Amino acid sequence: MPPKVLMLGWEWGPPFNSGGLGEACVGLTRALSKKGVGITFILPKRLDLKVDFLNLIFADVDEASEALVSVYTTRTSWSRLFPVDSAPGFQDYVSSSLKFAEKVKLLLKHLNNSIDVIHAHDWLTYPAAIVAKQILNKPLVVHVHSTEYNRTGGNNPNPAVYEIEKKGFEEAERILPVGGYMKEIIKDKYGINADKIEIVYNGVDDNRKNLPPSLTAFKKIGYKIVLYLGRITIQKGPEYFVRAAKIASQYFPKVIFVVTGSGDMEGQMMSEAANAGILDKFIFTGFLRGDERDRIFQAADLYVMPSVSEPFGITALESVVNGTPVLISKQSGVSEILKNALKCDFWDVDEMANKIVAVLRHRSLKDNLKTESEKEISYFSWSRAADEVLSVYNQLV
Amino acid sequence: MPSICLYFQVHQPLRVKRYRVFDVGLDHEYFNDNSDTNLNNNKILSKVSEKSYLPANELLLGLLKKYPQFKISFSFSGVILEQFEKNHKKVLNSFKKLVDSGRVEILSETYYHSLAFFYSTLEFESQVKFHKEKIMEIFGITPSVFRNTELAYTNELAKWADKAGYKAILAEGWDSFLGWRSPNFVYKPKGAKKIKLLLKNYKLSDDLAFRFSEKTWKEWPLTSEKFGKWVSDINGNGQVVNLFMDYETFGEHQWAETGIFDFLEELPKEILKHPDNDFITPSDAVKKYPVMDEIDVPYIVTWADTERDLSAWVGNSIQKSAIKLIYSLENNVLETNDKRLIDDWRKLQTSDHFYYMCTKWFSDGDVHKYFNPYESPYDAFISFMNAATDLKIRIKHAKTRSRGRNVPKITNDKLQMSSQTKYLNE
Repeated sequence: MPPKVLMLGWEWGPPFNSGGLGEACVGLTRALSKKGVGITFILPKRLDLKVDFLNLIFADVDEASEALVSVYTTRTSWSRLFPVDSAPGFQDYVSSSLKFAEKVKLLLKHLNNSIDVIHAHDWLTYPAAIVAKQILNKPLVVHVHSTEYNRTGGNNPNPAVYEIEKKGFEEAERILPVGGYMKEIIKDKYGINADKIEIVYNGVDDNRKNLPPSLTAFKKIGYKIVLYLGRITIQKGPEYFVRAAKIASQYFPKVIFVVTGSGDMEGQMMSEAANAGILDKFIFTGFLRGDERDRIFQAADLYVMPSVSEPFGITALESVVNGTPVLISKQSGVSEILKNALKCDFWDVDEMANKIVAVLRHRSLKDNLKTESEKEISYFSWSRAADEVLSVYNQLV
Repeated sequence: MPSICLYFQVHQPLRVKRYRVFDVGLDHEYFNDNSDTNLNNNKILSKVSEKSYLPANELLLGLLKKYPQFKISFSFSGVILEQFEKNHKKVLNSFKKLVDSGRVEILSETYYHSLAFFYSTLEFESQVKFHKEKIMEIFGITPSVFRNTELAYTNELAKWADKAGYKAILAEGWDSFLGWRSPNFVYKPKGAKKIKLLLKNYKLSDDLAFRFSEKTWKEWPLTSEKFGKWVSDINGNGQVVNLFMDYETFGEHQWAETGIFDFLEELPKEILKHPDNDFITPSDAVKKYPVMDEIDVPYIVTWADTERDLSAWVGNSIQKSAIKLIYSLENNVLETNDKRLIDDWRKLQTSDHFYYMCTKWFSDGDVHKYFNPYESPYDAFISFMNAATDLKIRIKHAKTRSRGRNVPKITNDKLQMSSQTKYLNE
């Protein structure tokens, strides 16, 4: 009998997501439910959303609650646990996270389903997960899609967030990071025993759509396209992309660099390109989703993911699904499993340029990477990830 | 009977260093890595010599002295002999000592350990000639048995070797063409007149080369006594057991700790326990035993992987484009008459370069990864193509320089891609 799981998430998949976390939750829960796992999934905010493969509950964190006193009490007790002395932006997140915990506490009192395992995704849900563990007295699995160390590239991690993460790791019976690189961070930076950490790489479902081509004007006149796609933040290494682009375009001038995404370093990325004298080789498309995003993937000759610190890097697999080879930084979870990819250190812009030029010059390299990586990702399905998660559940119940 | 025919391949390539797009046009030294990585050819050869060649040679020398019936054969690539001469004279001398015993046969192959036969007959013939000269220069011997790089074999190759006057040629004893027949006999290649064919007993050879230290193998641990018994069991059912393998099997592929040297040391005693058994070299074997049947191999058979074809070298599109590029330069590079340039071009033909680009990860992946000094097959391709691009530029410059001068050309008659290329399905 497959176990019944209470899952705590923070966001859902497109169009309600801001990044890979929501997509991963959808991919994983869909695959788990196909294997007979009954899932009750609690999200903090109400979404206009119907899902048929699990029991979805909204905690309505933003609504005025009839249990304000109780919320207040809990927040005080949480505040004692986690020193909250950070910037206002983070403060909002931390307080939402604590509110979510309070809401979940109320919800669980009325929950009729029996639960065997609690499974929480990332730090924002950990306070709620710990509350749930106390109430239900069931084992806790925490899934780690990112940590404060990854998000900040190790620069000034927020202490409140760090504390919540550490507490969550300590309380959990099992910790599931999405890559070996992150397992090391959890071990070294959070002092957690490696025995309870089990890597579960993300999956991707191969369902490429045949979409009308984009950027055809450039392709017709023989330009090659190199793509950056992701948030434009310090974690993703946008400045290294610009520096490599500068070098590569000296050796292969007929190239356009397309930047898809948005973030707090967008302006800086543009001025770096301008300072390097190659802004005319750049196109900034802004944030894209759905078919528009897939069309950009399909138009590119190479997708470059120069992340400084990437827990997994699902975009690399999405690029492969769309038939475009990838050059990924060695500082990513996906580089640990994807063999048919070009790899370099994020800081080694010479090597990045060397590899970009090689793909642009040698058609056979692009073709071979495409053929072999497409073959390879059939091993990376969400079904495989779900099997690994299920075996963790079975060890605990 | 049976006779044991031991042949060991001795080869190390000149690996291309990490050669990037920025180096093209500036750096013409492709093989001089001196880092701590496995691209440092001198470092690798020192390591392999210490772990394998030197201790194995010493052991074999002792066996040759102890057992007057003991015989072995070697094939050396020209590329490794060159490296021995340059930096490892001691190792070369230890091989010479073995050859001086008079019971060591040396085989013929291409100097550059290339797959040239399948791309250009003329280039192939040049390389076989260079190899012959080198073997004469170092060992004072003219080989009379041919083995092609990676044991790559077809009817066509056998016909060529027949015409060139060889007494025997070696190939993999692969089931696809052998059928019910045993590899433990001497055969005749289809279409050949005089030359005879010796086929590797891949089961017994691979028991040593691949399975010797495999603890999950049901025969582990393999003792020389057990192996000697397997060989003697062939008695009445075969005449010559061909054990062909890389010489690095001893000490490098199978480390000393696995007991491989002890195995080798005891092997002659165990084999010679049975009075009907003996040791034999390839040219003795074809003299001593009659042809049993004709063997037809219309397609290329090699000794690699489960496919036993050329797919480990030219199976994917990067391998095909790299090898095609190299052979497309043939006319132009020979016309330059520039010895260094031509030598560099030939060194880029060594089969290992293409092997490193193999992406058969999920089937034979482990073996390929073990032998790959690059981080990935794609890195191997990128360095190779950058070096080849530099070579192209050098050819262009050399031609511009020589234009107007009256330079006699090396060989430009009838140079063309050989008809053999038809075997290589795109």
